[in-house]
Amino acid sequence: MYVAVKGGERAIDNAHAWLAEERRGDTAVAELTLPQIREQLKLAVNRVMAEGSLFDPDLAALAIKQARGDLIEAIFLIRAYRTTLPRLGTSLPVDTADMAVDRRISATFKDLPGGQVLGPTFDYTHRLLDFALAAEGEAPVAAKAPATLGPVPHVTAFLNRDGLIEDAPRDDTQPADLTRTPLELPADRPLRLQAITRGDEGFILSMAYSTQRGYGRTHAFVGELRIGRVAVEMEIPELGFAVEIGEVELTECETVNQFKGSKTEPPQFTRGYGLVFGQTERKAIAMSLVDRALRWKELGEDHIGAPAQDEEFVLYHCDNIQATGFLEHIKLPHYVDFQSELELVRRLRAEAMTMQEAAE
Amino acid sequence: MTSDALTGGFAKAPQQSARAFRGLLEVMARPGTIHLLEGAAPPAPLSVAAGVALLTLADGTTPLHLTGAADCAAVRDWVTFHIGAPLVAAEDADFALGRWQDLQPLHRFRIGQPDYPDRSATLIVEVDRLEAAGARLTGPGIKDAAHLSLPEVAAFRANRALFPLGFDVLLTCGAQVAGLPRSTIVEDV
Amino acid sequence: MMDRKGWMSVLAKAPPARLAALLPDLPRHSFLRPPEIGSVMVQGRVGGTGAPFNLGEMTVTRCSVRLEDGPVGHAYVQGRDKTHATRAAVVDALMQTGAAPQMHSDVVAVLAAEASSFRHDRAEKAASTKVDFFTMVRGEDK
Repeated sequence: MYVAVKGGERAIDNAHAWLAEERRGDTAVAELTLPQIREQLKLAVNRVMAEGSLFDPDLAALAIKQARGDLIEAIFLIRAYRTTLPRLGTSLPVDTADMAVDRRISATFKDLPGGQVLGPTFDYTHRLLDFALAAEGEAPVAAKAPATLGPVPHVTAFLNRDGLIEDAPRDDTQPADLTRTPLELPADRPLRLQAITRGDEGFILSMAYSTQRGYGRTHAFVGELRIGRVAVEMEIPELGFAVEIGEVELTECETVNQFKGSKTEPPQFTRGYGLVFGQTERKAIAMSLVDRALRWKELGEDHIGAPAQDEEFVLYHCDNIQATGFLEHIKLPHYVDFQSELELVRRLRAEAMTMQEAAE
Repeated sequence: MTSDALTGGFAKAPQQSARAFRGLLEVMARPGTIHLLEGAAPPAPLSVAAGVALLTLADGTTPLHLTGAADCAAVRDWVTFHIGAPLVAAEDADFALGRWQDLQPLHRFRIGQPDYPDRSATLIVEVDRLEAAGARLTGPGIKDAAHLSLPEVAAFRANRALFPLGFDVLLTCGAQVAGLPRSTIVEDV
Repeated sequence: MMDRKGWMSVLAKAPPARLAALLPDLPRHSFLRPPEIGSVMVQGRVGGTGAPFNLGEMTVTRCSVRLEDGPVGHAYVQGRDKTHATRAAVVDALMQTGAAPQMHSDVVAVLAAEASSFRHDRAEKAASTKVDFFTMVRGEDK
């Protein structure tokens, strides 16, 4: 039961004023600018865009500053802001084969056309703290080598030629949008992917890890991981043709999974798919594992009761704004609820005492 | 797209749409009252009020059915540019716009489902005259009784019988608008 | 010279400050649709090639203008900068007039070259991180 109570207004105003002062911190230290956050905390910005489900690096930087670096709070701010925007339209599906790749690797094929391009990766760093960064003023310079521009074909296309991997046939059915109509189960794969790509990175990571440890094992290899920028095109009704309206950075992961075949499918490799805003490779890999685990039914696999196979469990718990909203609301006043619980416990105790006395 | 289609939208959308929305709320909340909707110049044969109602209530997520004279290239282009609502058949429409006889038969329009009564159509009916005289209206939002010039009575009585399902109606004439929600009881005088 | 689809794409992706620097003063114009900030739902495809799904939104600002002498210009640009959208719409209108060759060489081609140079620069950095595999000589092959 919820009952409105008044009286906290002055305390709330003062708490907000103190919050603002604490956010700024020591004024002897220079204030953070939004371009600093956007450029130097780029991966935090990317996470806020991916889970806030809105690609706008400047807004994500503002949200991070306002949330004092609490990324879930920042995602909350972005989600709230995006509901105020009129929807101007829906893009054509982006063509990730036409991505300007910064990074593109495969764990399954050493010699893939286009090569293994490592990009700006943490892989192969020694995870030793670099105390040189504590001193300011560095402007490191990347090496360069002659480059050719052009589409980079997907690795799975090579396996496809031999029929060894399931196809992802072209289909232009417009997907449901969970930001417009409530998520209803069972959800088809496009709807699941929308939920997972905006889901909490930690949750999706743990779900993916659980499949690797045996809770719905799918034996995944990273067939291909690519990070880069793709153009976004949209049909403009007043023009009658499509134009590029911008460019987004994406991370795409395709996993290739061992598959012994089932009652309905021949032995072949199957696929899991991850596509996430920004350079967000942990999330994209995890997404593709969870996507694959959720496909057990359509592939005729056994449901072994693993959490990652359970669509309701994954989709209803992956959204950190829903989760944090429900979790944190229990700290807000529940005086009346608790009063009734208190009375119930007192009555039960009184009854128990009476019975005990009667027994003695 | 003709270049006439590009003019006649709101010049100051935030203020104008807020004012129009308030007017639309008022007429739906108090059936029988008439308000003025202004600020747009839609192409013929749309009334100003019908154009403003569409600009205010409809967008790319609200399918629209145009019928009769309103279903012409000028209106279709204007809707596409200023509103972006997909143009659909009567059965799929959130909004329908036309004259009363062109909107028949009414059973084509969505009336919602028991668990989602809001998934129903709103009919914007262009009429030649709109005044607080004629059929007797009673029900929510009406103190005692109100009167409104309606194209007919039987259809609204049948719609009321479906409550909480049913369609809702806006009547437009020039800059005038009146509302007739499904909850209103309509009687001949 | 590029087509309308081409120049509108270049304008949509241009950094707002660069466009403003290249075209500080705009000819007189009226708004058919004043600059409006909104979102566009970006779609991907399952497995890169299959059914579309909703990936998330991006911010977009659109604007439509009419120049004094009649030409109409439209813009849909990335981000939330209303002056960017207005400028892009005016350039789109000018590109349909006799001013097109000059507008192309002074604005559109410059922005396109800068975008291409940015893209090429990153591609060169990426190319420098390409792995050159070589097989180590094995002991027993001696």
